[in-house]
Amino acid sequence: MKKIIDFQIIEKQSFPRAALLRLKASTPLPECRGGQFVNVRVDGCDKAYLRRPISIHDVDYQNNTIDLLIQEKHEGTQKLCASPVGAALNVVMPLGNGFTLPDKDDNVLLVGGGIGIAPLLYFAKQCNYLQNINFLLGGRTQSDLMLLDHFRNEGEVFITTNDGSMGEEGFVTEHSLWKTMKINKIYACGPMPMMKAVAKMARERHIWCEVSLENQMACGIGACLCCVENTKEGNLCVCKEGPVFNIERLLW
Amino acid sequence: MVKTEIRLKGLTLKNPVMTASGTFGYGEEYADFVDLSELGGIIVKGTTLHHREGNPYPRMAETPMGMLNCVGLQNKGVDYFIETIYPRIRHFDTNVLVNVSGSNIDDYVTAAAKIDALEDIPAIELNVSCPNVKQGGMAFGVTCSGIEQVVKAVREVYHKHLMVKLSPNVTNIAEIALAAEAAGADSVSLINTLLGMAIDAETRKPVLSMVTGGLSGACVKPVALRMVWQVAKAVKIPVIGLGGISSATDAIEFLLAGASAIQIGTANFIDPAISAKVVKGIVEYCERQGVDDIHELIGGLR
Repeated sequence: MKKIIDFQIIEKQSFPRAALLRLKASTPLPECRGGQFVNVRVDGCDKAYLRRPISIHDVDYQNNTIDLLIQEKHEGTQKLCASPVGAALNVVMPLGNGFTLPDKDDNVLLVGGGIGIAPLLYFAKQCNYLQNINFLLGGRTQSDLMLLDHFRNEGEVFITTNDGSMGEEGFVTEHSLWKTMKINKIYACGPMPMMKAVAKMARERHIWCEVSLENQMACGIGACLCCVENTKEGNLCVCKEGPVFNIERLLW
Repeated sequence: MVKTEIRLKGLTLKNPVMTASGTFGYGEEYADFVDLSELGGIIVKGTTLHHREGNPYPRMAETPMGMLNCVGLQNKGVDYFIETIYPRIRHFDTNVLVNVSGSNIDDYVTAAAKIDALEDIPAIELNVSCPNVKQGGMAFGVTCSGIEQVVKAVREVYHKHLMVKLSPNVTNIAEIALAAEAAGADSVSLINTLLGMAIDAETRKPVLSMVTGGLSGACVKPVALRMVWQVAKAVKIPVIGLGGISSATDAIEFLLAGASAIQIGTANFIDPAISAKVVKGIVEYCERQGVDDIHELIGGLR
């Protein structure tokens, strides 16, 4: 069940053009799945009239907290990233469909680009029954790759940066692991060109692949039909039918 | 107890608060947030005779205190609505109205006639004001003769409450409303979205796939309020006010300007529970102001 919840920011970690916010809820959290998102109201910002959809980065049901890793893109997300500890945030959650949980003996690769790494952490935690989890995380430069220790707690982390400042130089699709690693399921979230490149690679190798889209949304619950992706089934709302799609449903 | 019931011809609302077409899905999308039985009515998505894919993405641009959209009436057609959606929503304990649109008069008439046969749909809202479709839509709603033609034709086949949704993209909205009234409308609702545009200065390209789109949200409220006031003075049929209503106070302003009921649209996106809050807020206002019956507020501008 979706809920509207008043949270308070209880911890905050700032990064260049991003922030990790830990939010404590006033009421019990609904069950969330990795890949789902929340819609955050931006108070006191006249250029951010609509809520901001943000991936669920982590959930702690015992302490009633969620973590949001937010990138500063425009005024709305800048305002959210600038919110101090103690500030209140009104959140609608959980929204959309999460990633499909893998089977026990699957060899999965979680591919994240830029802020697209955000939903992969909580999803990896939900996949804790797997023997091992591999992350392939890409950024333009070293500072794009945040919270690596969190990811390393959940699995092995492989890295690419466009400028070579960390890990292998190039795009995620150029990493050497593709030559050696046995993979039968890919989960990807990141910029559109990255996801398209990953999808192409998956298709060529006949690997099952889900991607998480971030088309611009207004309502977040499938009412306004603004965030549609043109799929094999016609225009589908990314907020309600996605944000996670199997690449076989997409036209790319 | 404040009396909140509003009786329109063939349509009784338990209170004057409805939700606007295109902002509330089929009600189901909001059932986690709002007890639908607390609302006067819900107006479901724009429905056309045939399936429509709508316009390409991007369909939305955020603006200061508002948004532009060019969705373009995406829907699966009236037959799909009747077979698949209607059975799920017909027993909601509120009025379920269908917003009907078309690209030519025959389409409007055929779709309206099909909905006339649905026992649990007490009214349609005739959409002659969608700015996002190439044919029909707003084209009918911007001239007196256009609106007369389509309302007259639909009136012949539609026997329940016929609400006509007006476009604000006209020089004199009162004239258009009078034309709708003369052609047989039972009420008029206004305003649909204001035609607008957004440009990305960095790429030097339009933001929306269709270049232009309909502006809605809090920013349009003063325009909507003025138009409701003008129309309410001109026509004898009830006026349903909408455009930027985001609080009970906003809703009361529309009632004072002459609206017999109101619709909440884009504000549903910011607070999915806003519609029920507005109902509660109107009652609280009445209690505070010593208003026994909501009718005392309608057109009560001093």
